[in-house]
Amino acid sequence: MNVKPMTNETDVTTLEAGDAVSFSGTIYTARDAAHKRMTEAAAENKPLPFDVRGAAIYYAGPTPTRTGEVIGSCGPTTSARMDDYTPTMLGLGLKVMIGKGKRSDDVIASMIKNKAVYLIAVGGAAALIKSRITACEDVAYPDLGCEAVRKLTVKDLPLLVAIDSHGNSIL
Amino acid sequence: MYNCKDIVSRLSEAVDAALKRVDCDVLGMLKAAYDDENNERAKWALAQIIENDEVAERTDSYPCQDTGVAMLMVTVGQDATFDGSLADALEEGVRLGYKDGRKSIAHPLTRINTRDNTPPVIYYDVVPGDGLTVKFLAKGAGSENMGGVRMLTPSKGKRGIIDAAVNIVKEAGANPCPPILLGVGVGGTMDKAALLSKTALLRKCGESSPDPEVAELEKEILSEVNALGIGAQGLGGKHTALACAVEIAPTHIGMLPVAVTVQCHSVRHAEVKFDER
Repeated sequence: MNVKPMTNETDVTTLEAGDAVSFSGTIYTARDAAHKRMTEAAAENKPLPFDVRGAAIYYAGPTPTRTGEVIGSCGPTTSARMDDYTPTMLGLGLKVMIGKGKRSDDVIASMIKNKAVYLIAVGGAAALIKSRITACEDVAYPDLGCEAVRKLTVKDLPLLVAIDSHGNSIL
Repeated sequence: MYNCKDIVSRLSEAVDAALKRVDCDVLGMLKAAYDDENNERAKWALAQIIENDEVAERTDSYPCQDTGVAMLMVTVGQDATFDGSLADALEEGVRLGYKDGRKSIAHPLTRINTRDNTPPVIYYDVVPGDGLTVKFLAKGAGSENMGGVRMLTPSKGKRGIIDAAVNIVKEAGANPCPPILLGVGVGGTMDKAALLSKTALLRKCGESSPDPEVAELEKEILSEVNALGIGAQGLGGKHTALACAVEIAPTHIGMLPVAVTVQCHSVRHAEVKFDER
């Protein structure tokens, strides 16, 4: 497969469903509990723990970090569980979502409206993905343990465009 | 008499080791699937899964970040005696075995995390003699969420059982991290069928049932599931499931319970036979 390079600067509207990409840049981890808190904060007009505008969120909750390592194993979790929160996040300016599995029709409609892209990582490839993470910084909600929000720097993360910003899907 | 400290230490070691290694039979099946697959995207996923499992082994890392809920299937002899609480020893074994693993267990209503991955889900089977065997299965949420029970009427027969299993896999689609393994329980009651679907997964991966009629059913389910074309990670292709194991039990004249447990490709399990001290 032809693999395209992708960074945080890539115009996501140029990506097409089915494109294999190698992503290098910054992504934020957030899963179920963090999404609940962020959307509740947004509903109360409170600030979110990071600037969501143009950002990439990775649906993941790693294993604990061992001494001397950057992060634990860190594969994608099922994206569909974030579907109820996603239109709100996209409305706030989220551009890139990374996870695994299908998305709801509401999410796809919101992606078209907000020109966002959904990529999949390989579910259960957590050790391989861990080896592509070069830095990890705690951002918010440490009480959530593995569900806390973390800022990751990744190099050559293998992803596939599952749903593009025009609503085309390969799933 | 069994020494509870010994149970804690041997179980915790087995759990810790099991969480860091994908079943070698499954790894073999994944490699065979990669060689046989023609779909380019499915091959992209299968290659990463195989590389991942090898990286995990080489670096002593967890192959999947979801180290799961701990399930213990305990077979205990009715004459066995213990120098303490067996249930407490099993729970402590899980707690220590998950010391470095992800803590994924939360209160179902408040969602507050127990922070040590306990309690495990434990089933006891009491048998003659004084032996003690514990089978451990790490069950991740992505695949476990996709399982289901169907209470069929007896008239639906074998066709109904196959349809139930195929529909559960179809609805699950890409979510449970295919290629998957299927555990199917047929008979008993609603809960018994569900338990059978778990014990089916404790069989050596890829091995057929010794009952020819059950083995035939396993083959038919596997073939129809793979005809769905979901493929690795839902990207299409021939390999949606790697294996299907069916366990049966007698049921009521008016019932035909069918339960399906979906297991992702990251199969992590262990079996520990304990000795008396």
